[in-house]
Amino acid sequence: MALNRGFAKVPVWAVYLAGLLPLAVLVWQMVLGDPGADPVKTVEHRLGKVALWFLLGGLAITPLRRFAGINLLRFRRAVGLIAAGYVTLHVVVWFSLDMGFLWDQALSDLWRRRYLLLGVGAVVALIPLVATSNDRAIRRLGANWRRLHRLVYVAASLGVVHYLWQMKVISQEGWLWLGVLMLLLAVRIRPGFGGFPGARGGVRKTSRPEAQ
Amino acid sequence: AAVAKPAASPYSTDAAPNALKDITSYNNYYEFGFGKEDPAQNAGRLVTDPWTVEIAGLVDRPGNWGLDDVLRSAPAEERIYRFRCVEAWSMVIPWTGFPLSALLNRAGVQPSAKYVAFQTLYRPSQMPMQTPGSGIEWPYVEGLRLDEAMHPLTILASGLYDAPLPNQSGAPLRLVVPWKYGFKSIKAVVKITLTDRQPPTTWNRMQPNEYGFYANVNPAVDHPRWSQATERRIGGGLFSSRRVPTLPFNGYGEEVASLYSGMDLRANY
Repeated sequence: MALNRGFAKVPVWAVYLAGLLPLAVLVWQMVLGDPGADPVKTVEHRLGKVALWFLLGGLAITPLRRFAGINLLRFRRAVGLIAAGYVTLHVVVWFSLDMGFLWDQALSDLWRRRYLLLGVGAVVALIPLVATSNDRAIRRLGANWRRLHRLVYVAASLGVVHYLWQMKVISQEGWLWLGVLMLLLAVRIRPGFGGFPGARGGVRKTSRPEAQ
Repeated sequence: AAVAKPAASPYSTDAAPNALKDITSYNNYYEFGFGKEDPAQNAGRLVTDPWTVEIAGLVDRPGNWGLDDVLRSAPAEERIYRFRCVEAWSMVIPWTGFPLSALLNRAGVQPSAKYVAFQTLYRPSQMPMQTPGSGIEWPYVEGLRLDEAMHPLTILASGLYDAPLPNQSGAPLRLVVPWKYGFKSIKAVVKITLTDRQPPTTWNRMQPNEYGFYANVNPAVDHPRWSQATERRIGGGLFSSRRVPTLPFNGYGEEVASLYSGMDLRANY
C-alpha cells in the first residue's frame, strides 16, 4: 500500500516534532495573539484536550491497521509519550496557574471534585507506561509488557470521563469524545477470545483482504 | 435605546472594573453556546428592538411594558459591582441600571406576592442553542424572594461602561443581583411575574443538588464538584490572574445578611 510505504519513510522524530505543534500554537496565542479573558483556563483546558487527542489517537492506531490497513505502529510510542507530556503540563498548569500553589485547597479540591480524582487516576495509570516505554523494558517484560500497556485503556477512559464530568452541561463535543472512545474500545472486543487482546491488537492469522 | 450618562452610586465598589473586552468576551449565556466565547460570537444576530417586558401575576397593573417605559422607572445609575460566577471566577463590572424595586412599585405589587419570577426571551431562530437536544429546558427562568427583589442592590441593568448593554451581556435588559452567583442575574428579560409560590429556576431544576434557589455567594458552602472558598479574578493575563478568598454574600454581607437571619444557609444554598 502506497500510503504505508510513505509512512515508512517518515522518521519518528518528525512525529515528536509534530507533537510540539499544539504547544507552539498555544504559546504563540498567549504571547503574540489574543490570550482572551481567562488565559489560565484556556491554557489548562487546551493542554488537557491535546492530551486527549494523542491518547485517543494512540488508541486509534491498532484499529487503523486492522480495519483500514494503515500501519502507524512505529509511531505509537511517540504518540503515547507526547500524550503523557501534555498530561504533565496540564497538571502543572492546574496546580501553579489555576490553584496558585494553594496546597490545602488543591488537596481538598481533589477530594471534593471527583472528576479531578479521575484525572489523577489517569496520571497514575500512565506513569508505569511511560516508565516502561524504553526498548529495554519491552524486551525484559516480554508478554507482560503488552498486558501492562492495556492500562492505556484505563487512562484514556478516565481522561474522557474527567473531561465530561467537569462540564456544567455535557456539550455535544463531549458526547462525541465519549462516542469515539467507546468505538475505539468496542473494536477491541473480539467475541470468543475473552475480551481485549494485547496492546498490539492481537496477531490475526487471517488478514482482511481489503487490508492488503 | 441610548443610555444617558449615569449617576454615581454609593453602592459601587472602589475596585477597578475589568476591561470591557474581558466582560464582553467571557460569558456564560447558554442560549448562544456553551463556550465562554460563543455568546460574543453568536449573539450579534439577536434583535433587541422593539422589546417589551410582560409584567404579570400579583400586580395591580399587569401588561406589556415597552422597554423605554420600563427604563423610565428611575434615573439610571452607575453600579460598579463585583460579579462572582458559581464556577469560581469573578470580575468587577460597571453596570448602568436602576433598582428593580422602582419598576415593581410602579407595577403595584399586591400584598399576597412573595416571590418574583423572571423569564428570558425564547426565540430559537436567533438563539441557536434553544433546541430540545441542548440538555436545557428553555426558556431560562430565574426567581427571587420579594424582599431580595426589592433590595436596593438588586438592579435591572441596560448598560455597561456608559453604553447600551451588548447582546452577549444580556441586552437589552437584565437582572443583576451582586450577592448571588451570576446565574441568578438572568439576561434578556421578557417577563416578570409576581407570585405567592417559589418559582422554578433553570439550574436548580437541572441539578438541584448543585444549584439551589438562593445561590448566595458563600465560601463556606462548596459546590458538590468544587470548592467555593476562593475565586480567580479574571483579567490581567496568564501569570497575574490571582486567586483571592471569596467573601460571604460576595462582600455585600453588611447590606444583605439580615435578609437571611435565622435561615440555615447550608440547607438553603
